[in-house]
Amino acid sequence: MENPIIQTNTNILSIKDLCVAYTADHLSVSHVNVEIPRNQITAIMGPSGCGKSTLLRAINRMHELYRGIQVSGQMLLDGHDLMSMDPIKVRRQVGMVFQRPNPFPTMSIADNVMAGYMLNGLHPDKQQRNQIVERSLRSVGLWDEVKDSLTKKGTFLSGGQQQRLCIARALALQPQIILMDEPTSALDPIATSTIENLLTELQRDVTIIIVTHNMGQARRISQKSLFMYLGELVECGPTETLFSNPSHPHTASYLSGHIG
Amino acid sequence: MDTTTFRIIKSRCLHYAIVFFSALTAVPLVAILGKVAVEGFHNISFQFFTQPEPTSYQALIANSQGTSIPGGIANGLVGTLLMLLMSSAIAIPLGIFCGTYLAEKRGTVYTRIVSYITDVLQGTPSIILGVIVYAWVVVPMKGYSAIAGSVALIIMMLPLIIRSTEESLKMLPSSLKEASLALGGSYDRMVIRVLIPSAFGQIFTGVLLAISRIAGETAPITFTALGSAIIQWDVTQPMSNVPLLIWQFYNNPALQSMLWSASLVLLAFVLALNISSKLISRKWKIQ
Repeated sequence: MENPIIQTNTNILSIKDLCVAYTADHLSVSHVNVEIPRNQITAIMGPSGCGKSTLLRAINRMHELYRGIQVSGQMLLDGHDLMSMDPIKVRRQVGMVFQRPNPFPTMSIADNVMAGYMLNGLHPDKQQRNQIVERSLRSVGLWDEVKDSLTKKGTFLSGGQQQRLCIARALALQPQIILMDEPTSALDPIATSTIENLLTELQRDVTIIIVTHNMGQARRISQKSLFMYLGELVECGPTETLFSNPSHPHTASYLSGHIG
Repeated sequence: MDTTTFRIIKSRCLHYAIVFFSALTAVPLVAILGKVAVEGFHNISFQFFTQPEPTSYQALIANSQGTSIPGGIANGLVGTLLMLLMSSAIAIPLGIFCGTYLAEKRGTVYTRIVSYITDVLQGTPSIILGVIVYAWVVVPMKGYSAIAGSVALIIMMLPLIIRSTEESLKMLPSSLKEASLALGGSYDRMVIRVLIPSAFGQIFTGVLLAISRIAGETAPITFTALGSAIIQWDVTQPMSNVPLLIWQFYNNPALQSMLWSASLVLLAFVLALNISSKLISRKWKIQ
């Protein structure tokens, strides 16, 4: 793929020949090669079942939680081999936000933000703790809304607020990359718009890889887009180019609504 | 009559039949509660909870003089309390660990074997557990004791707690687990800090139901703790419990008026545990 804007040294993650198989005879993600640019939003698009989420979940090695899923290939995070690192270290640097907001139901809002520290066995002192909670909640624009109810349960927030809390929870550990698996598909249009604006701001500090079903969303917020079809990476490049001038017929028919 | 009217009538009949039969199932419970309360209430007093059981002689004198029987069920209450405490202290953590293991390591051969054994244990008649514990604990310790009674109760409690813990954890959404691990959490911290607290309400309910289940056990206690007419705090000594006292009162014509009062106390205790378990599970429900 010819791409003059994105230089190799600005890439934070490089994926080489990545394959994921749920069953022995079928590759759900097949020989994907792609570079993810630093401090940008990269969108992964494609019809249902094309392997978008499977690709995303390979990056923080979530597939290892389930038996029988085979992952092969190479992923380099800033030059370090992701596949040979301790998965716990990988997940500290590569955060994740899920499709449905999933704050921990037993924890308060502040504890939810601090959950990453708690689960990693880190115990910052009270002052650091307050700083982390405030910084993380401010960065998702939730601080002013919840600063008086930090000790309340996170599950009392609205869906959009819960999802921002989950983003704050991922940001608290200051990861290099955040993976987002259709983070707005369970939200209403207003909450979706809030989150989209938030992501655009967040990319100054963190690289975002987002799986989305919503072509408009990919176009609005991402700089680079990947189009997947039947497990293969069909096309990737700057979002504007991909949308205005798709080079592959599958991409063109997806964008025009013929497949999807 | 057209078909629509006929269908509406049919549907109404079915509805009333269901309401009638479900009300019918509540009748025995209400009848039991009413009978025990009416028969047992008049003997309940402060001394009923603080005095040990009366001797047959005291009861006969009281009966012949027409006064109420002195004494109470304190020896049984203390025994019930101590044996429940001892068995809970061991069975609750053990059962929760085992249930967590079964919920987390699904599908392995070892899990299936443990799960099967749990089922078998749950179906074992309690009197057989009493005989087994008699052979395993009472004979080597050369005497009946509250410890032996507790061992029998532990064996009865374990499968109940294991099952309820396992089921509660299986009901949690997988997103909780994924969210914890995606934050770089280690497996053990995820289980202890996220999964068990999230299922706490359900697990606690199961524990309370297990306690209420064994609180009424008589058969294994007769083989292991034997019973004691005095208030006994020493757990290495024979001890009584409330169900055992009910059995003794039943067998002693002079003490039969105590039978209902002791039953009322036991029933109230079990009912209180059941109701609190319902309330707790409602309060701790995960949204």
